[in-house]
Amino acid sequence: MPATAIYPEPVLRRVEVTAPRANEDAEARPAEIKIATEHVSIQYGEKVAVRDVSLAVEARSIMALIGPSGSGKSTFLRCFNRMNDLIPGASVQGQVCLDDENVMDPDVSVVELRRRVGMVFQRPNPFPMSIFENVAYGPRRRGMNDRRKLDELVETSLKRAALWDEVKDDLRRKSGLALSGGQQQRLCIARVLATDPEVILMDEPASALDPVSTLRIEELMRELREAYTIVIVTHNMQQAARVSDVTAFFTMAEDRAGYLVEVGPTGRIFTRPNERLTEDYISGRFG
Amino acid sequence: MASLTSAYPTSKLRAKPGLLERLDLPRRVVFVAAASMIIVVAMLMIFIVWQGTQLFVKDGYSLGAIFDAKWDPLADTPEFGILPFILGTIVVTAGALLISTPLSVGVALFLSEVAPKWAKSIVQPALEIFVGIPSVVWGWLGITVLVPFLADTFNGPIVISLPIVGTVFSMPGFLTGFSWLAGSLVLSIMVLPTITSVSYDAFRAVPQELRTGSLALGTTRWQMIRHILIPSALSGVLTAVVLGMTRAAGEALAVQMVIGNSPTLPEAITQPMTTLTSQITLDMGNTVFGEPWQDALWTMSLVLLVISITSVVLVRVINKRRMGS
Amino acid sequence: MTANAGSIGRSSGAKPSLNGKASRGSILADRAATVVLWGTGALVLLILGSIILHFAMAAWGVVSLSFILDNPSQTTLGGIMPVLWNSIYMLALTMLIAVPVGLLGGIYMAEYAGDNVVTGAIRFAEESISSVPSIVVGLFGLILFVDDFHWGFTALAGALALTFFNLPLMTRLSEQALRAVPQDERSASLALGATKWQTIRHVVVPLAIPGLITGVILTAGRVFGEAAVLLFTAGIGTPPHYNFANLDITNPASPWSPFRPATTLSVYIYKLNSEGLGAFKNQIVDGSAAILISMVLIFNLGARFVGRVLTRRLTAA
Repeated sequence: MPATAIYPEPVLRRVEVTAPRANEDAEARPAEIKIATEHVSIQYGEKVAVRDVSLAVEARSIMALIGPSGSGKSTFLRCFNRMNDLIPGASVQGQVCLDDENVMDPDVSVVELRRRVGMVFQRPNPFPMSIFENVAYGPRRRGMNDRRKLDELVETSLKRAALWDEVKDDLRRKSGLALSGGQQQRLCIARVLATDPEVILMDEPASALDPVSTLRIEELMRELREAYTIVIVTHNMQQAARVSDVTAFFTMAEDRAGYLVEVGPTGRIFTRPNERLTEDYISGRFG
Repeated sequence: MASLTSAYPTSKLRAKPGLLERLDLPRRVVFVAAASMIIVVAMLMIFIVWQGTQLFVKDGYSLGAIFDAKWDPLADTPEFGILPFILGTIVVTAGALLISTPLSVGVALFLSEVAPKWAKSIVQPALEIFVGIPSVVWGWLGITVLVPFLADTFNGPIVISLPIVGTVFSMPGFLTGFSWLAGSLVLSIMVLPTITSVSYDAFRAVPQELRTGSLALGTTRWQMIRHILIPSALSGVLTAVVLGMTRAAGEALAVQMVIGNSPTLPEAITQPMTTLTSQITLDMGNTVFGEPWQDALWTMSLVLLVISITSVVLVRVINKRRMGS
Repeated sequence: MTANAGSIGRSSGAKPSLNGKASRGSILADRAATVVLWGTGALVLLILGSIILHFAMAAWGVVSLSFILDNPSQTTLGGIMPVLWNSIYMLALTMLIAVPVGLLGGIYMAEYAGDNVVTGAIRFAEESISSVPSIVVGLFGLILFVDDFHWGFTALAGALALTFFNLPLMTRLSEQALRAVPQDERSASLALGATKWQTIRHVVVPLAIPGLITGVILTAGRVFGEAAVLLFTAGIGTPPHYNFANLDITNPASPWSPFRPATTLSVYIYKLNSEGLGAFKNQIVDGSAAILISMVLIFNLGARFVGRVLTRRLTAA
């Protein structure tokens, strides 16, 4: 009996136009889709890690991917900036569109894609260089050498990452590794911001941090949402409920392939989910 | 059912340890085995220092006399200026490093960042086989293949001239093929596996997250290698080069076979020359223990010993700085 | 927390396409670098391949059973039997001393050594001996054994000098093999009331055997090809015709005795190169070199193979 007969067919839901948001306008606006995935499946060699996921991410919103471990959330996230390319044996089927351009196209410059779609990792990974050089790394590699421009860019990025005040006196002398865990993660965020991305992917960005740092990162996310599209993977449901506009719930099928169960506005998902599985996960019955 | 505990002789928990236990023979024996290396090194240093200073202590030569360029052991007043040999060792080693380091680091990068599994499984054993080839075989290869090739192909003077400026660079060609270049080429192949394997270990030690961090920011792999990987692995690569340098400076037989053994400083890479090791190898058999000529050779050995101990200290300094940062 | 609500606005402009023109230069550099790096790998293989081919061709007409088994001859090609025997003999004698000492030393370093001055001194000694040129070790053997002890050139002197030279390698490889044994195994043994030495002898060492044997074979490969050390300790004379029936090991005429000079294959190559005349010199050396390289290949590939087989048997059993 095929696995899909046990669970109901995953229902495709497009992001609802009138998603409730912190400072929403009275009238509904047409949704601007930033990322659209259609029938994306990912395999590592023979093993299917993610099966047939179709969902869309609205511009300047925060989408949270939640679900038990092994359900393919991080793997799916890595499609958006094609980091799966780095894993030998990984293959991706389906379309992943950034602003109507399919990023899986062989013509696409992966390097350019990664500039526009940045990523923050679970464990902060600052480079063994000064704080300044960490943030300036991306722009420098793109050829920006003008000292004044770099200074400005670094300052802006650090300010947006809410780190500027804490490091502004030590920019060039202090190593990125000498900061605390929470500061390091904000440094990594500033580093990504310096490349002027449109989308920021975050793979469990606060799971290695203490609760206070975690709240600061969440606050930061809400601020960044005004200008960036953010997709975050988190195993912390409360965090997803606090931070995101839209939540997508993934789980693992019997053959260990991850799939999308349902996606919708965060408020609804957490109070009146459509799927039984979602309700079970949220109320802690499994996962 | 009989109690299990009666099967074992009862012993008190507080019993005092017997003589054999207190002796801890196993520990002492293995300690002596390991500590023997200290004794070996100490003896080696004592003997070589003792013998190497006989030239000054017993034969009455001054320290300055050896830092002279004139080497004439058979003259009425023998002169033992070993400067040509010291400089010879330096230039031949420098040449070998110049040739070998880029290639070795390249292979190390290839293995750690670029090569797919099948390529690694061919290149890595190849390097191990490289290491195992005895030095006399490299020397023989040099003398039968490299030296004639150099002599036949480049026997005329080598001149680089530009249209207006005239002769920019010229040097005499290879006379016999035995030369500085031959020595450096042979040495460069001999130290290649050393520099490669130590550099490879250094690259592998760099955490993967630094690589993914750079790539996720939209850099190319080469940018990541150039700006993140190599700087992070720099102390390891420097260690590799120092180890290669030590090996090159200490190599005797292969160098002696291709270097030409002319106790003067070469004017160009096409000229024959000599090194500390090649001269010792050449002369030792012709000298008598106790005579000044042999004492001078021992002094040269002392110089070699000093070079190698210096490099051990150098490697430690390089790596201590890394730990501290 | 700084309030950035008003200041966040991204740089405006048309949405850039994903066919990045901006990064063309770096992409070109990346491709060039990839090609160059592949080139270095290929170059290494090319060099090795041509060397093996060169010696295979050069030794083609030379190496035969009679070449290996015959004594050297003044008038014909002859053979290399005495020096080949000496190489094997020196290998066996050296390993007889070096393996136990290296293994025991490795046990100390892996199981007993604390973080103190003495351990630091041992490590420094290890690194120092590894850095000292082989010729200097040979000269040390010359002063100590040949001159001061008045042994003259002997196999024993050579074996001791070679042991000194290879002790760091043998010790380090043993230490690595022992450290690779998981700590759980030791804990299980100690928890059953075994002493530390019993644990080492019955649990750790057996589990480390694949790595230890690999270490022995690798060290053997290095010993077999060594020349500079032996040049000054075991001598560079013309090897006599050995009478293997003479089993008296105290008699310097017997090939089984360690109290005699022992010119090995590598040293013989060097000797022929410096002094050899004769019509067959090049062929003899080419043949000898081919045999040396074959032995290296056998030792190296053998070490890998044996290591893999033993590890598989150990972990599957």
